[in-house]
Amino acid sequence: MSILVWAEHDNAALKDATLGAVTAAGKLGEVHLLVAGSGVDGVAAQAAQVAGVAKVLVADDAAYGAALPENLAPLIVGLMSSYDAFLTPATTTGKNIAPRVAALLDVAQISDILSVEGPKTFTRPIYAGNAIATVESSDAKLVITARGTAFAKAEATGGSAAVEAVATTGDAGLSSFVGAELAKSERPELTSAKVIVSGGRALKDAETFAATILPLADKLGAAVGASRAAVDAGYVPNDYQVGQTGKIVAPEVYVAVGISGAIQHLAGMKDSKTIIAINKDEDAPIFQVADFGLVADLFSAVPELTGKL
Amino acid sequence: MKIVVPVKRVLDYNVKPRVKADGTGVDLANVKMSMNPFDEIAVEEAIRLKEKGAASEIVVVSVGPQKAQETLRTALAMGADRAILVQTDDVVEPLAVAKLLKAIVEAETPGLVLLGKQAIDDDSNQTGQMLAALTGRPQGTFASKVEVDGDFVNVTREVDGGLETVRLALPAIVTTDLRLNEPRYASLPNIMKAKSKKLETKSPADYGVDITPRLTVLKVTEPAQRSAGVKLADVDALVGKLKELGVGA
Repeated sequence: MSILVWAEHDNAALKDATLGAVTAAGKLGEVHLLVAGSGVDGVAAQAAQVAGVAKVLVADDAAYGAALPENLAPLIVGLMSSYDAFLTPATTTGKNIAPRVAALLDVAQISDILSVEGPKTFTRPIYAGNAIATVESSDAKLVITARGTAFAKAEATGGSAAVEAVATTGDAGLSSFVGAELAKSERPELTSAKVIVSGGRALKDAETFAATILPLADKLGAAVGASRAAVDAGYVPNDYQVGQTGKIVAPEVYVAVGISGAIQHLAGMKDSKTIIAINKDEDAPIFQVADFGLVADLFSAVPELTGKL
Repeated sequence: MKIVVPVKRVLDYNVKPRVKADGTGVDLANVKMSMNPFDEIAVEEAIRLKEKGAASEIVVVSVGPQKAQETLRTALAMGADRAILVQTDDVVEPLAVAKLLKAIVEAETPGLVLLGKQAIDDDSNQTGQMLAALTGRPQGTFASKVEVDGDFVNVTREVDGGLETVRLALPAIVTTDLRLNEPRYASLPNIMKAKSKKLETKSPADYGVDITPRLTVLKVTEPAQRSAGVKLADVDALVGKLKELGVGA
């Protein structure tokens, strides 16, 4: 089986999410990476180094610079005549592109897979991860998104794939990219961090959140996350949200501070290796999944913890 | 401009799903069902666009069992103008829903279709993008802001790194994220008024769409459960544990 994997990048560097997708695709057959973007020679060179990639296809065109699905889908659909499956990481950009491709190929997409059970059989979470479905496709081709935390990252170096330019399909003229407000941070990215410190509604306001959570995160070299309640209350921007509809994370250590543990939040972090919870309510549901719990007032416990680390 | 808003009847957001003992699915017997929360946000956004004068009529559509009428009535009570139920008791996958919606879009010719970004039962996150593909329209997914501007719509999207804005030529497809708005509650007079609004019932065959599933669900299981760990006595004990884990040392 041959699989075309859409490589996620920012036109300058390959994103980590691509590496998990390569591992997932490698369980099905031969992996080719599609690098579509604007001025992406550097990304293509990086993609060729990824272990387990047999070939890199490069589609370099200004129309692909912002990964607009209206422009990418015709390119991918054209290439799919030579492939059995198309796979993207289950990131916001992957989720934007894959269904557009699936519909044009008349294929039922399999979203957010957790494992490959057979050539056409996969597991995937439903009901916010409260149930796991095993599904088998009857379509001739497959379109899949793969959850990043469920697959080990392929080695970023060690490969030596051939790089081949492919014909571009241009601008569909339906959409244009206006701009982005992307968070700039020295901290690790949430979805690839080894340690995460997350704060909840109990943090009161944006200033208190920053003054309480950030010093602890700095001490632990951690990424900063938040519950939906904290994001809705405006303590932190939306891209901090961990949960069913935010980011799905699985770090080595997840520290939940003042988070009660609604099922929508647990859905986003319960695959973390070790969970630590600090909450003053000893009946908070977060303690039912935490390996280590500290029942304490976070406004005294967190500064004390930060001071002692 | 007309707006079409597809809505889905799902297990209520606050009900904890239970996997059936025979592993065939999640138990939906005698549990509270409601409108998918993202769809509620889509209905609300359509109503706000109408209130601002950017839309003239709101048509809500559902694909599902007869009881999905209740979901459509809820949308009508919120402020939608009329409803179409494509009635079926079969499993309808996102691709088939997108094909049915395409037929409805061709008949209704809306300027905008507003959908929830995903349903909280199957968590597929596909229907809007698929409808955009099948109709050849642009898509603005995971919207946190929607602004109609002449023949275009500007959509601010929630993406992994923050926010991004795209400009789409109308007609377009937009899917909603959580922070787009807070849906209103229907008032009692509006609930009464909704009962007399038009609700048309159709079947998938009326649209000539084959809804046979492409995926077979082999089994549905409980996820691996985490068990509660230990409660620590004080901050010093926690410092010790973190050091054992090799962080913060």
